[in-house]
Parts: sequence; structure tokens; C-alpha cells
Amino acid sequence: MTVRSDLLVIGAGLAGERVAIEAASRGSDVILLSLVPPRRSHSAAAQGGMQAALANMAAGADDSPDVHFVDTVKGSDWGCDQDVARLFTDSAPAAVRETAYWGVPWSRVVPGRREMPDGIWVEESEEKAGLIAARAFGGTQSWRACFASDGTGHSLMYALDNEVLRLGIAVHDRTEAVSLIQDGERCHGALIRDLRTGELRPYLARATVIATGGHGRIYGHSTNGVINDGSGMALALNTGVVPLGNMESVQFHPTGVVPGDILVSEACRGDGGYLLDASGHRFMPDYEPEKKELASRDVVSRCMMRHIRQGFGVESPYGSHLWLDLRHLGKDHIERNLQEVATITRDFLGINAVTELIPVRPTQHYSMGGIRTSIKGEAYGLEGLFAAGEAACWDLHGFNRLGGNSVAETIVAGKIVGASVAEYLESDDSPVRQNAITKLAHESIKQTEARIVKLRNGGSEHALVLRQRVAEVLTEKVGIFRTGSELDEAVMELSELLDRSTRLGLRSSGRGANPELADALRLPGIIRLAITIAQGAQMRTESRGSHYREDYPHRDDVNWLKRTLATWPEAGEGPSVTYEPVRITDLPPGDRGYGEGSKETEGALSDA
Amino acid sequence: MPDRELRFRVFRHNPFDPESTPRMVQFQLTETPRMTLFTALTRIREELEPSLQFDIVCRAAVCGSCAILVNGKPRLACRTRIETLPNDITLMPLPFFKLVADLSVDTGQWFRDMGTRVQSWINAREPFDPNAEEARMSNETAAEIYELDRCIECGCCVAACGAAQMNPEYLGAAGMLRIARFLADPRDGRPEAAVFDVVSTEEGIFGCIGLAACEDYCPKDLPLTSRLAYLRRKTALLALRKSSQVEESTVADGYA
Ligand SMILES: Cc1cc2nc3c(=O)[nH]c(=O)nc-3n(C[C@H](O)[C@H](O)[C@H](O)COP(=O)(O)OP(=O)(O)OC[C@H]3O[C@@H](n4cnc5c(N)ncnc54)[C@H](O)[C@@H]3O)c2cc1C
Ligand code: FES
Repeated sequence: MTVRSDLLVIGAGLAGERVAIEAASRGSDVILLSLVPPRRSHSAAAQGGMQAALANMAAGADDSPDVHFVDTVKGSDWGCDQDVARLFTDSAPAAVRETAYWGVPWSRVVPGRREMPDGIWVEESEEKAGLIAARAFGGTQSWRACFASDGTGHSLMYALDNEVLRLGIAVHDRTEAVSLIQDGERCHGALIRDLRTGELRPYLARATVIATGGHGRIYGHSTNGVINDGSGMALALNTGVVPLGNMESVQFHPTGVVPGDILVSEACRGDGGYLLDASGHRFMPDYEPEKKELASRDVVSRCMMRHIRQGFGVESPYGSHLWLDLRHLGKDHIERNLQEVATITRDFLGINAVTELIPVRPTQHYSMGGIRTSIKGEAYGLEGLFAAGEAACWDLHGFNRLGGNSVAETIVAGKIVGASVAEYLESDDSPVRQNAITKLAHESIKQTEARIVKLRNGGSEHALVLRQRVAEVLTEKVGIFRTGSELDEAVMELSELLDRSTRLGLRSSGRGANPELADALRLPGIIRLAITIAQGAQMRTESRGSHYREDYPHRDDVNWLKRTLATWPEAGEGPSVTYEPVRITDLPPGDRGYGEGSKETEGALSDA
Repeated sequence: MPDRELRFRVFRHNPFDPESTPRMVQFQLTETPRMTLFTALTRIREELEPSLQFDIVCRAAVCGSCAILVNGKPRLACRTRIETLPNDITLMPLPFFKLVADLSVDTGQWFRDMGTRVQSWINAREPFDPNAEEARMSNETAAEIYELDRCIECGCCVAACGAAQMNPEYLGAAGMLRIARFLADPRDGRPEAAVFDVVSTEEGIFGCIGLAACEDYCPKDLPLTSRLAYLRRKTALLALRKSSQVEESTVADGYA
């Protein structure tokens, strides 16, 4: 059974839903697809906040989209497109207000004086009482991160999905897009696999948006939800004509708990927590005598990994880790100021943070790279294809995303891309070649069916085994530290894994909505994605933002003020890489002012 | 207690497979430190039974995907530490919801349907003005709405509810809480009569038989029973007002 609509949005997280709402309000007929019920998308896990320069707080009274722009460009290590950053920071205030109008219970300004955990007093003005409040985030000059108590992502996700319900937008959950239906010039929708029945169905549409979120899980250890494995980026890469931008640009967070990789806020280090090694030694002062645990997110992650590599990690069935020690802060302080951390360790690890050590290690957190789009969200390479959110490289974040800018991107870009898709649908008057499209859809079903038959007939390799190896290679060789020789090894080993993935088989029957079959179908695309990350990192012989080359430790604006574009030509053995310049409109490259020379990125206290 | 031998008895059935019949299947795992049901289920799928279906997304108790019956009680698998369980662990899908397969049930569709029935959105509002400042709200009001907005739609309350098992149309504590959430929100302008129509029925507040299991099993500790009581009072008041209006109008008619 073929399903048709004007617009197909693949992914119902914050980005996908915001696109759908905008397009549907402008009269487009939209279908939203999601692996899971929309509200369970990983956007719901964002806790920290959403950046928008409302300037309602005393410590942000001078804030403006201009200041937000400067923070964003510096944060990106000049890797972003400045026209995009400008459009984003200008649009963010109205975008956050619109979500208030839809019902997000944003925390509000309470006038009067109060003492902060660090002993500083702030006084909020009477005049701003009841407007949307904001908190401080790392790498920002003002208090600008709007928040809804401790559940910003949850409240946004629910408010947006409520709008989707109100507008009666069709949501097909438990469906997975497995390939794009396209003819090398134009995208006509996607082939989906029904995760209830296992059935394959073509969804044909005049425009398709990919909003499938990040790829964290291909690293194995990630703060991302278990469904975030970059399958949407792989959909684009598998077309052979759509380029991914800056895939080597991957952000890590120093404190994911072990096991489980749940993120604990950087407030625990900000408030004076120590990092200890296997012998109980506080090692950060050895590497960073001045800033110690308070050095930037990237620096701390690197020191932790260096220390683990030197054999000082704590062995566990879940791999090596280090300890986070809050004990000296005392019960009162922990219960008052670090409640969230204490709850996570109690509920998921059974650890009492007041008396016990917390196992942590640096963990993949965010993908700045993704499907390269224009400022209007049009993917390069295929007409009728768009992308938004973490799956896209709109390019707001360059080589490092500021805390709070990602949730904001989903909402702001979602609105902009939704509008541009709706315009595209209105203006597009190219003849619909129904027969040709039906033929393409049939071919795509046939191809996937053939793959399934082959998998059922059983090769000797198992998806899970290969996938674990992919994760290990990425973590060890394409992680926080990178060197040319290791990246060469990574590309080689991943290519071998790609070759082995042609001989996949199943251990189970593979009937119905079998999860093993889903993994096996997804795997080759995921390995290609991994190779694309490794290859981009191998070729970029500089360090910029979170891309850190030990053999090229400095930013190199002469040769590398440019964006990596990688496609995977059909029948090719590896990605084909080109570059394009980044767009610089206002702010020429300079020092990021984070201390420690221009390289050592971002303020210490960026949260999530 | 690491190193315990754990015996899992897991419900298996795929209603879409004509050859499948409902059955219990045993799996054994050795306990590792700090293991949760999320880690255990993942290991079962990775090492023992790759076709096993269950739902996990956030593994951090925020997305509501993973509710199952653990030794008869509805719980979030991701937040259940094995340490707190005996050696024998029986896992069943949540009752009441439509079975997808094995431990996976369709809470998502049920909650979408509930959302539509209670009109889970800001009703009757002015158009949005992108150039205007946001409408002001006290932080206490925002916090109160947030408190009622914290539901993660996991379905534990409905699965634990005696009334729901007998009355499949019952909107459940989650549905009632959603209505309370919008009643608490000054931005929502739905007429009281609309609330009354949904709430004062057997599918609404009169479906509740007061067992309070919903609150006992809510993993988010939401104030379910107090909100149910609040809605009961509110509907009683509305009913009173309605009947007195009816009386007034009959009286008026009588005099005419
Ligand atoms: C723990 C954590 C905390 C964070 N905190 C913050 C924060 O405080 N502030 C901030 O700005 N950012 C934060 N981030 C980042 C931010 O939350 C995400 O980048 C953002 O929410 C991504 O939204 P999205 O809509 O692009 O993707 P997602 O929310 O991941 O949604 C992806 C959607 O695509 C669907 N999908 C995926 N693949 C397919 C497929 N093949 N077929 C069909 N559907 C598919 C999924 O079902 C889902 O609906 C945080 C991230 C994490 C992991
Ligand atoms: S997996 Fe999200 S609540 Fe358990």
C-alpha cells in the first residue's frame, strides 16, 4: 500500500514537529514519521535550556541577538555560517515566545534579591516580573538559557506535540525510513519499514524533510537515547548524491555515568567536585594546575581520556572509568544544589553521592555535522529534500555547539525550514511523473526485499558484533584525541567492517518487526557514516573546536577555514570529499577568549 | 550482590505472526554491578535472543517508553535496579494496552487518542503576535503547571488501575491529570462546560473507583489522587450550578 502526502517529515522530535506545524499551518498536507511515539524522541531528555536573547534577567540586561551572535560564532570556532547564526539569533526570541503561547511552562522572573550557590547576589527587577527567566550557560556572556524547571526538553516536546494533535497532523509512529525514493535529481519520499508488522511501504511526497536527530549511539557510549544512531544521515549518504557537512565535528561531554552514560550536569564540577583515578588520586591538577576540574569541557574530557589511556582508569565490566567525588561538599550542599546529580546516581546506580564515589567517563554528546543544507533548509544534491535539527548541518554550530543552542536550533530552524518547504510546495509546478515515481518505489521495495531475503538466508557475520566493533574503533581512534596514524587505521578497519557487512546473517527468524533485522538493515549505512566521520577527521590537519588533532594542535585559518562536504558515490568504496568556504559576514576569525590560547575551547560551565 | 545467577521469565508473543502463541521463556544472566533492567534486557537481546522486543529510548526515566510489569508490578525498566529484585524475575507487558509484541505495548497510540479526547492543547486563544512581549505569568503559576505537565505517558497508572481494566474507555488518572493541567493554565480559555462534558462521565471522573493504585505506581510521583479529588469537587460544583440554572429557567418558564 502506497501512502501519499505533500510533505513527508521523517523524525518527530522537536525539529521534525516544528517543521510539520509550520508547513501544516500554511496549508500543506503533512505526514510525520517516527521510530517511537513522538513524545519519546530524545529531544525530551534535554534539561538545561534554550538560548534566546530576551534580556529579561539582571545578568542579561544588555543581552541582544548581537551578543548571542558573537557567542555562537566564537563557540563554533569560526566554523559556522554567519548568515545562519544571524538569522538564528534574530529569530530565537519570537520562537521561544511562541512556545510559551503554545503552553510551555517556562520558568519566570521573580523580582528581588537572591544569593547564588557561589555566594554572589543578584537582583531581578520589578519591571521584568513574570517574563520568561533565563539561566547562565557556559560560553555565553549573558544569562540567556530559558528553562522550564528541570525539564525544558520535555515541556517543549509536549507543547509541540500538543500543537500537532490540535492541527490533526498525521503521525505514523513505529515506522522506520529505510531508504529515500529518489532518481538522482529529485527526492520523492521514502521507503519505510513498519515496526509493528515488518511490512515495507513506500511513502511518496513532493517534499521530504529529514529530522532524525543525532548519531551518538554509533559511538556506543553516548548521552543520546538508544535510538539515536544517525540512520537519517545514513539515508542521505546512501543516495550517493547528498553531501554530509563536517561529520568530523563531534562534541564530547566529560561526565556520563558508568554504566548507562546518563549525563550528569557540569554543575558538579562547577560546585567543586573532584575527579579521582583508580588509586584515589586527584589528577586534574597534574594536567591543569590552575583551572583543575574547572577547565573547559573539551580540556577536561581530554585529560580524563589521557589519564585512562595511561592506565590509571578504574577497571569495570563496562570498561575503564574514573571517579567523580562530591563527598567533601557535604550532605547539605549536595541536597540543596546538586539534587539532580544525586537523584541520577541514586536511581540508576544505587550510589549515595554524599558518601560514595560516582563512576564517570567522557562520552559522545552531540553531532555538529549532518546533512548539509542551505540557509532555507534545502539539502544539497537532491531537489525536494530538506533537513533540520541535529540531523542537519545548517551550519549554526561549526566545530562546537554552545549549550542551549541545539534545542533553540530545532525550534528556530524548524519554523524557517517549515516555511520554506511550504513555499516550495506552492511554487513547484514541475509535472508529476507518476509512472516513473511508482516504478522507483517498486524498485526500492524490491531492493530492500532482496536484502532481507539475503539476510534471512544467512551470511556468517552478525550485525551486533560488527556494530560493537564500529563503536570501539570510533571511540578509540576518532574520539576526543585524534592523530593521523590512528585515523588511517580507523578508516582501514571501518572499511574492512563495511566489507564484512556484505555477509551479514540473522540468528533469529527475521520475521515481522524483528529488531535484529532492523539492526542488520541499518548497519551498512551506519558504517559508511562512521567512515565519513573518520575520513573527514583524517583529512582535516588542524585542531578546531572539538576536533582535536594531537599532531596538528592549532587552528589553521589559512588552510582550513572551510567546511567538509562528503558524499558516498554509488559503488564507491569510500566517501568523496570536497570543501566549501564558511560564510563570514561580520566577525573575522580571532581569539575565542576562553583562555589557554585560542584552541582550548569553550567556557567551563556549559550544561548539556 | 553481584555474581548472582538471575532467572528471567519473559512473556513472548507476536500477534502479527500467525505461528506465534503466547508463552513464557526463561533466560539466565549473571548479575553485574549496578545492573538495571535496561542493561539486563539489552544483554538478553544481544547475547541470548536477538528477536526479543521491548521499548527503551532514553534509559534515564524521562521518555516513558519502558514501562513493564516486573514481578507483577508496573515499573520503568530503565530505572529498576536489579539489586532491588530477587533472583527470579518475571517480566510481562503492561496490561490494558494493545500488545505490539513481547514486552512492547502501544502506549503511544493510547496516549495520542487520550490527548485528542481531552483536547490536550491550549484552547480558545488569541492569534500569536510575534512582535509582542510574552504574556506575563507568576513563577508560582508556571511551577504549578510544570508540576502537572511532568507526566511522561508511561502508562503505569492506567496499567495499575482496577477501573481501567473493566472500562476500556476510561481516560485514566493520566487523562484526568491532563485536564487538570489545562485548568491550571491561565492561557487556556476552554469554556467550563467543555471540561464538564469530558470529565463528568463514566469515562471521566466517575470511572474512578478510588483505589489510588495510580499514585502508588506513578514513577514520577505525580499528585494524581489529589487532582482526581479536585476534579470530582469541581464537577460536583459545576453540576450543581448547571442544575440550579435549569431550575431557574423552569421556574422562569412557569411564570411566563
Ligand atoms: C542528555 C541530553 C541533554 C541535552 N540537553 C540539551 C540542552 O539542555 N539544551 C540544548 O540546546 N540541547 C541539549 N541537548 C541536545 C538536544 O537535545 C538535541 O540536539 C535535540 O533535541 C535534537 O532534536 P531533533 O529533533 O533534531 O532530534 P530527536 O529529538 O532525536 O528526534 C529524532 C526523531 O527522528 C525519529 N527517527 C530517527 N530515525 C528515524 C528513521 N530512520 N525513520 C523514522 N524516524 C526516525 C525519531 O523517532 C525521533 O522522533 C541535549 C542532548 C542530550 C542527549
Ligand atoms: S527508557 Fe525512557 S523512561 Fe525508561
